[in-house]
Amino acid sequence: MGRAEVTRLDDWRSQARLQADERPRCKATTSSGRPCRNQALPGSAYCRVHRPASEIVASGTPARSARVGPSEGSSETLERLEAFVRRRLAGDYRVDDFGYDEDLSREVLLHLARPVFERYFRGRALGVDRIPDAAAMVVANHSGTIALDAVMLQFAIAAYHPRHRVLRNLAADLVFRLPFIGPLARKSGNVVACDDDAFELLRRGELVGVFPEGYKGVGKGWRERYKLQRFGRGGFVVTALKARVPIVPVAIIGAEEAYPMIANLKPLAHVLGLPYFPVTPTFPLLGPLGLLPLPSRWLIEVGEPIDLAAEHPPEAVDDPMLVFDLTDRVRDTIQQMIFKNLQLRRGAFF
Amino acid sequence: MADGGRRVLITGVSRFLGLRLAKRLAEEGVADALIGVDLEEPHERVYGLEFVRVDIRSPLIARVIEATRVDTIVHTNIGSSLTRFGGRAAMKENNVIGTMQLLAAAQRAARVAKVIMKSSAAIYGSHPGEPSLVPEDHAGSQVRLSGYGKDCAEAEAYARDFGRRRPDVQLVVLRTQQVIGPTVRTGMTGYLSLPVVPTALGYDPRLQLLHEDDAVEAFLRTVTEDCRGIFNVAADGCVYLSQAIRMLGRVPLPLPLPAALIGAEALRRSGVIDFAPDQLAVLLYGRVLDTRRAKQGFGFAPTYTTAEALEDYRDRRTEVPEPEPRPHPTWERELFEYLKRRAALREGV
Repeated sequence: MGRAEVTRLDDWRSQARLQADERPRCKATTSSGRPCRNQALPGSAYCRVHRPASEIVASGTPARSARVGPSEGSSETLERLEAFVRRRLAGDYRVDDFGYDEDLSREVLLHLARPVFERYFRGRALGVDRIPDAAAMVVANHSGTIALDAVMLQFAIAAYHPRHRVLRNLAADLVFRLPFIGPLARKSGNVVACDDDAFELLRRGELVGVFPEGYKGVGKGWRERYKLQRFGRGGFVVTALKARVPIVPVAIIGAEEAYPMIANLKPLAHVLGLPYFPVTPTFPLLGPLGLLPLPSRWLIEVGEPIDLAAEHPPEAVDDPMLVFDLTDRVRDTIQQMIFKNLQLRRGAFF
Repeated sequence: MADGGRRVLITGVSRFLGLRLAKRLAEEGVADALIGVDLEEPHERVYGLEFVRVDIRSPLIARVIEATRVDTIVHTNIGSSLTRFGGRAAMKENNVIGTMQLLAAAQRAARVAKVIMKSSAAIYGSHPGEPSLVPEDHAGSQVRLSGYGKDCAEAEAYARDFGRRRPDVQLVVLRTQQVIGPTVRTGMTGYLSLPVVPTALGYDPRLQLLHEDDAVEAFLRTVTEDCRGIFNVAADGCVYLSQAIRMLGRVPLPLPLPAALIGAEALRRSGVIDFAPDQLAVLLYGRVLDTRRAKQGFGFAPTYTTAEALEDYRDRRTEVPEPEPRPHPTWERELFEYLKRRAALREGV
């Protein structure tokens, strides 16, 4: 069987493929008998998966050393850990006005999220370098019952962006009401979704993450998967216009399958004061074990930034019709990105 | 208003803030006359300060304002210390009724050109859905206030009315964050000086404080600068409660929420910490103020960040604290109030 031919839908993607084609492919054969399609590592005839053990010992680990993280020798890792613990015990670290704890995020949370995204979800992130270095608003689709997609997007940008930028997600106040999760969300850089915070963060040159679908996005049923819900009331467009920052559309694929919500127990949600009470194939059937997400394959694609400020004057904020139009434009862009990626992917889990 | 030539009246002059402000005003020599008003005499003599023992809740205050011919009134006599006032009822009486009487008296005095009132960040309550930096015009509709915060809201309501009736007067309201420093003693300093600091398990609020020097300086500036309006007054930056405890070399003791509340009540009753129960929400969700308006409005320039204020408190705390005058032992007052209630009850039957 020959190589599967994929329809070229997107110029950028096909360009990337052309470039990639110049690099040699891995010489190994996969377990299904097809030739491996991964690119060979520099200085090797095999990809990272199929590289023989003898080569790894000889050449070190070139693919990993470029990463941020405890990839150095174990004694160095220990030293770093010790320094970290010492800082924490002395309270010797800085947090910003919004509660972002860089020390904790970079030294611990990033390393906890990495295996989840890279190993468990086998996630890939495309075009992260399109995110500008200045203030910008990242707008993404929201799905998957609990907002795991927000965490993964935050990780992907912190890990793969050339400047390792911190995504300051705007989160529902329910998140901050919860014990343990609330402080953790704050320390990892999230803030309450309100105009004041969003605008002030953008003014300070931060990268703000918005999920305009809100609860409607995370709390939608399995049938509605990958169908974007209403994009709030366009508040994010108003804030972006006011702050004169570009909007970066992002499509997240795979979160829907991590927690497929097959039913919503509304009365129970009402009693508990939650926006919805999800029933997934494993929750609440398996109890706490059901909270484990299904190992879907994730893809995060960052689109071309939309520079609203260049197209519209600040007065555009006062034109609701224009704001709705722009909201729809951003929504359509993300929806198209989602459809394109869904067509390209082989399966939800493999 | 030209420098000098001012006649300043300070309420609550026996308390920390009032006394320190009186000292600074005397030092700077910006006031021709300095009149301090309180129920107890200040524990320290201030050169140039004239002390008048008067209850601001009594109509007598109007005569003091008239007789001393003051043009600036600094109202610092709003507080959250239950031990100082001797119970919640007395505290409310002082904060709300005192402000009401004082402003009524000030309204009559034609000479008064400026009124500066201390309010508190407690007016915003504490809620997980609040903005990370609370601005002055934040409605705070999600919060139902009680205790001290409610006192501040009611006192500010009187101030608003006063401002409406006397538009010629420069009215300044300062919403101060919790004050900390080597000499001041507040509920917060009491709490943070416990050997093992109980916290609520699973909660770690952002903590914003205000160094005592910066607090005094803010009031001094509003006296001398031309300004009016409501201003947040707080240090720059914030720290997490867990971080603050670590910085002070203490050990946090996270307790599950119900146990933490019971523990807090026990500590409060035993008099170890002087913390209004309604202020406990701050130790769950925190509250950080946006101070930009104060910086623009009257050039507020805090010299200590929250972290530096904590470090200063840690490093210089060994100095003898300024004693706060205590009118009566609290148990005596509580017993008296209890007997009064009993008597009232019996009469009712």
